[in-house]
Formats: sequence, C-alpha cells, structure tokens
Amino acid sequence: MKLAADEQAMLEGRQGKAKQKAMDLLVRYGEALGAERFVDTNNVCGTVGASTPFLREYGQKHGGLDAVFSEFNLDSAEVVEIPKVAVRSSHLQQGIDPEHAERQGIPVEVVKLHRRGEVYSAGLGIEMLNTCAPYTVGNVPAMGEHCAWMESSAVIYINSVLGARTNAEGRESAGCAMLTGKIPYWGYHLDENRLGTHHVELDIAVENITDWGLLGYYIGEVVQDRIPVISGVRQAPDLPKLKHFGAAAASSGGVEMYHLAGITPEAPTLEAAFGRNKPVMTFRYGKAERRQAYEHANITGRSPNVDFVMLGCPHYTLDQIGEVARLLEGRRVHENSELWIFTPRQTRLLADQKGYSKVIADAGAHLMSDTCSALGRVIPKGTRVAAADSAKQSHYLPAIMGIECWFGSTAECVDAAVTGRWNGGLQ
Amino acid sequence: MMDKAKKIVLRGRKVVGGCAEGEALVTRDRISGWGGIDPRTGTVIETRHELRGVSFAGKVLVFPGAKGSSGWSSQFHVARLAGKAPIAMVFNEMTTKIALGAVVAHAPSVTDFDQDPLQVIETGDWVRVDGDNGIVEVTKKN
Repeated sequence: MKLAADEQAMLEGRQGKAKQKAMDLLVRYGEALGAERFVDTNNVCGTVGASTPFLREYGQKHGGLDAVFSEFNLDSAEVVEIPKVAVRSSHLQQGIDPEHAERQGIPVEVVKLHRRGEVYSAGLGIEMLNTCAPYTVGNVPAMGEHCAWMESSAVIYINSVLGARTNAEGRESAGCAMLTGKIPYWGYHLDENRLGTHHVELDIAVENITDWGLLGYYIGEVVQDRIPVISGVRQAPDLPKLKHFGAAAASSGGVEMYHLAGITPEAPTLEAAFGRNKPVMTFRYGKAERRQAYEHANITGRSPNVDFVMLGCPHYTLDQIGEVARLLEGRRVHENSELWIFTPRQTRLLADQKGYSKVIADAGAHLMSDTCSALGRVIPKGTRVAAADSAKQSHYLPAIMGIECWFGSTAECVDAAVTGRWNGGLQ
Repeated sequence: MMDKAKKIVLRGRKVVGGCAEGEALVTRDRISGWGGIDPRTGTVIETRHELRGVSFAGKVLVFPGAKGSSGWSSQFHVARLAGKAPIAMVFNEMTTKIALGAVVAHAPSVTDFDQDPLQVIETGDWVRVDGDNGIVEVTKKN
C-alpha cells in the first residue's frame, strides 16, 4: 500500500505504540483486501466493550480494558496504553442492559465490570450510543461521507439510504480507525463499486413493515453480497421499513448496499442505479417469492407455546414503540410469556415523555436498551420458543440460543405475548 | 510417483502470509461469523448450513466467502485465541469481513485463483497453503 506521510509516521511509532499497532493492523488488512491506499474518516462506529464472557475473562486475566482493546481492537497480544480516539467515534450495542441486568440473568459483578467499561470507553472519547441504529439517535452521516462502521444493518442503511460510504468494518478495523482516522480506500468507498448488479422487479405491492422484511430476506438469499436494484416500489418506505428491509437482506445474504429506483439518493432512475453495469441477473418478486421468504424466516417455528417475544431488532424507533404501546393498551402479557422491547436509551427517554413506557410497564412488558437478545445472548430463563417481528432476529436467535423462533408482524408478536400462543400466519 | 501425479497446484494472490498444511474442509455455502459459528468450538451453527455441527478447528477451510454480520472477524479472532480457528483459508470472494477475519485469525490465506478451489479440493484432501507466494498444493485423498 502507498502510505501518506502521516500514515508512515504512525506506522513507524512516532505517534506512540497504540497508533503504531493500529496502522500495522490497517496495513495488513488493506493488503489482504488488495487496497492501494487509505482514506481519511471522521466517523467511526464500532465496539470496544468487554461484556461477553470470553472478553470479560480475557480482560481479567491479561490486565484490564487496555488489554482487551489491544487484543480485540488492535490484534496486539502486547498490552499497549490506549490514547483518546482521534476522530468522531460512536459505540454500537453492547452485551447487557445494566438497568435490566437481573431480568437478563446478568450477575452483579458483571454489571460492575460493564459500568467500568462504559467509563473507560467514554474516557477514550467514544460516544456511548450503545445501539445498532446510531442513525436514529444523532449519528447521521452525510451524503458521500467516508465512514468506518460496523454492524451490517447500519452499514446497509447509511450506504443505501443516506449515500454515505462505508464497508462493513469489523471490531479490529473500526478500533484502529478510531485511533488513526484511516480506513482502506476499497469497496464501497469507490464510485464504481456502488452501482447495481441485480435487478429486482416487484410484481406485488410491498407496503407494511413485515412485507419489507420479507422482501429483504428473499433478496439477500438470491444476491448474497451483491447490489440489488429494486424497481416497481409504489410507495416510498419510511425509516423503520428501510431499517427492517436492510437488516433482513444483510442477514440472509451479505448485502451492504442497494438501490430503490426513483427513491434512494444514488438511484434517481433505474438507469442511474446501474450506470455502466449491465444487470447480471433480473428476477421478479411476487406472491410465491414472498411465501418462500416467510417460510424460510419461520423455519425453526414448531411449538405454538411462545415463552418469549422479542421486539426491537434493529433497535426500535419512537413510532415503533408507540405502535406496541397502542397494541398493549389495556392488555397484559401472559403469565407464561415475556415481552422485551429494545430501543436506544435516547429513544427510551422520549418514550417516557410520551407515556409509552408506562403503558408498556403496566402491561408487564419490559423496555430495554444497549443490547439485544441475539447479541447479548439475553433471553428469559427457560425460553424454548420465541417470536420476533424481525427477520434478522428470527434468523440469528435460534442458531445462537438453540431455541425455536417464529417470525410475524408486530401485532402477531404482541398477541403471542398476551396469549402465550402463536397464531400468526402469512396474510 | 503416484503422489506426484495426484498433486494439484493452484496459484492465487496472498491475503495473509505464512505457510500451513492440513486436511481440507470444503463447503459451497458462504459462512456467517457472528451467529454462524461457535468460536469456542470452531463449529458451524447456522440453521440451514451444510456444515451445521461440523468444526473447522485445525482444518484448511475452503469456501466461497463470508456473509452476514460484521462481527465476522471478531468471531474468528476469538476462535484463534480459543485454539479453534482454521489453520489456513482458501476462498474465492473478497470482502472486508473475510480479509479482516483472515488477518486476525493469523491464518495463511490465498484468493483470486487460476482455477476454482471449490472444483478441485474435496473435504479430506491434504492441502498446503503458502500464503506468501499465493500457492496452494492439493494432495487428493483418493
């Protein structure tokens, strides 16, 4: 790779050991990619937390949080002192919600460690947003802004909906970017790699949020990590729909960028979305494809007795919490079931003000933050059968926790929580 | 003589340097990191994956590429520290997930081949990966 003077200086250790380690990892990573140079970034989203069991133990054994950062963010077995971050850095979701630790089955000593970790990370200058959806709570990259973000559902959102430029970074590359403000200039940072590759023609109306999730889940399976261009969208989707669509496509495949012809910023027209690319494949999405996506999203669902309903993947917006509050009004979660709803802390504050939080608490449900069931491996004790309104969560949760999971609409999920039974079905 | 006749050489591009050899584990399914593997055992856990329940620990992993969450690298990072990572990786599709994952797994890795490794290598073949020179030598098990 060709290094600029400041990059060379960091690599030679002239700005301290930590930045040297960071540049060393970035150079190894850039060479692995086949990148020729770096690009400056002033917007990094990553994770430095140590709340999962493996990392907790590692920190305890090897000398604390600098040791965790050194190994898991810089790929350095040698423990180096970590300086403040050099550029704007946001923290993604973590392993626990310290305010609901008991319900999540988290021991007191782990909460203490977690809180120490939060103080450590904030002390490095990282914004502790603690969400998979930073773009809903203040970190909204601008069109064309070069970013270094982790979290597949956020990456696909900022590339496609906002026109920002990021690859799906990992824990190590994001950590190194925080300290250096550098990331390989490769992939989605370049114009020519952002053009469409596959054309999806809609035969049916895709309207509600469940339908957008199914569409994403289907498309991800077909195009894997390529760039679909969807035409025939009759009504422009709002943020929650785009959030669910992208999260689903990034889970069943590895989609990091898409275009909605005539809607998203780099697709003023179908032709512009493809540019000089000829679609390598054109396919249609109709009733049969929708049914297949539904069946795949429900592949683990067997027993109708639902122990646990998980909402908020990706983390809910205020309007989504409002919808659940409306659905729960005057009802109670069944004694054999639990309902957990995940949203960023900042959104929870607004939900408190709106009165949603009270309705949810009165119904016996729980509004949580900072983590999610799949990431934190936090579910009610003894859960065998879950339900979720997220194709992403229903994709990952069964594999990670060894349980069944139904996928359906938010209303079907709330009904399941209230009755303890799954009565969902493809409408 | 027989051994020589059975040896196939693939040429590609270095991803991660170093040399390693071992038994191949081949899949035509892309692999998810976070939520797709259990890094503490090196086992694939994804519900509809053809390698579900199979461990890649100590194997030369031959696969099309990575998919899924951006937690890919950190899962293979943990697998390496747990002693359960693949000893080398051979793959077709370059992504940030797989590049970073191979780097932090410290696994000699090669991509961009002159012939498709998925057509040439079968599970159980003996494979030597020379990351520095981008050379993969395959000795067929039969």
